[in-house]
Amino acid sequence: MKFKPSFSFCCSAAAAFAVSLGAMFFSAAATAADNEYRLIIQDHRFQPAELVVPAGKKIRLAVENRDATPEEFESHDLNREKVIAGKSAASIFIGPLAPGRYRFYGEFNEKTAQGVIVAQ
Amino acid sequence: MFATAVIVFREVLEAALIVGILAAATRSVPGRGRWLAGGLLAGLAGSVVVAAFTDMIAGMASGIGQELFNAGILVLAVLMLAWHNVWMSSHGKALAGEARSVGRAIEAGSQGSSVLLVVVGLAVLREGSETALFLYGVSASGGEGAAAMLLGGAVGLLAGSAVGYALYAGLLRVPLRWFFGATGLLVLLLAAGMAAQAAHFMIQADVLPSLAAPLWDTSSLLPENSVPGMLLHGLAGYDPRPAGMQVVFYVLTLVTIATGMKWAGHSIKKGKVPY
Repeated sequence: MKFKPSFSFCCSAAAAFAVSLGAMFFSAAATAADNEYRLIIQDHRFQPAELVVPAGKKIRLAVENRDATPEEFESHDLNREKVIAGKSAASIFIGPLAPGRYRFYGEFNEKTAQGVIVAQ
Repeated sequence: MFATAVIVFREVLEAALIVGILAAATRSVPGRGRWLAGGLLAGLAGSVVVAAFTDMIAGMASGIGQELFNAGILVLAVLMLAWHNVWMSSHGKALAGEARSVGRAIEAGSQGSSVLLVVVGLAVLREGSETALFLYGVSASGGEGAAAMLLGGAVGLLAGSAVGYALYAGLLRVPLRWFFGATGLLVLLLAAGMAAQAAHFMIQADVLPSLAAPLWDTSSLLPENSVPGMLLHGLAGYDPRPAGMQVVFYVLTLVTIATGMKWAGHSIKKGKVPY
């Protein structure tokens, strides 16, 4: 027996991986969070700059960028990053969070775009 | 100027580390320079296109298109890195000097390594599109002069590339008998880190459960935005606050590829690979 991983071996392995990944997708059964909180980006600032959310629950942040330029929502505390194009909206799922303060910022305009999520 | 340089540096660094490792790993591939340049150029061109269509990508799959797109690219890269490593394990010995002829080693190396050049393109695509968006934002908002922006971008690009090149040059100094082991290990860690990052995007999109988030928090010990944190993130997927699912992906990928490498290397030791 000789072992010679061929390209077709690679492809079938890839296919197997993709299938199992797909299975995970659906078994994970995306639990749609009904807890939706809105954040608005305007003039490179977040509104509100302080957002209070319940602790221990999964939350959907609906971020609307009213500026013409793109922004990147970034938070090391929440371990999230997402680019939001100019004049568009995006969803970011966070939590369940332990009670506390979680800072976030707009990476593309860090000087002004600062905010904090307070979980309680 | 400074802020622009820092952000561009951060994005470039991640891609540069990957390119540095892969450029070293493909040292024996003939015409590798052209392949690398091709991967870089395709990645750059692609990143401009992706940046231009950010809205559209983000809007797909009911708002989680961006995450799925990123996760998809990462999973594709992981598969290619995995295949490369398993392949190298079954041929690495030959490449390390036991080849009957130089020609055979070169031929074998080019087969095993050509996929890596696609990974170069994917890495540049991912990091490049964010950089393009950022620079577009800076120029469109007019906060900084065009000259300052260009200068900042150039400084960030050069600094990031310099780190990648230093890694490449350092790897080439590794003695040949350890060379494939060293690049193999680095590629293995890259792949595991990318798999964890793919999981991260799928958690953010809420298509995967987080399984305890964060599992631990080492952000005060080694922050992600410190230089060592950034290097470790780029090289081995360091995340100071990983979700449980990220760790699962990391370990599974690591174990799966390492097992594949061992298995492939084993059949050589028993003399089963005919040359």
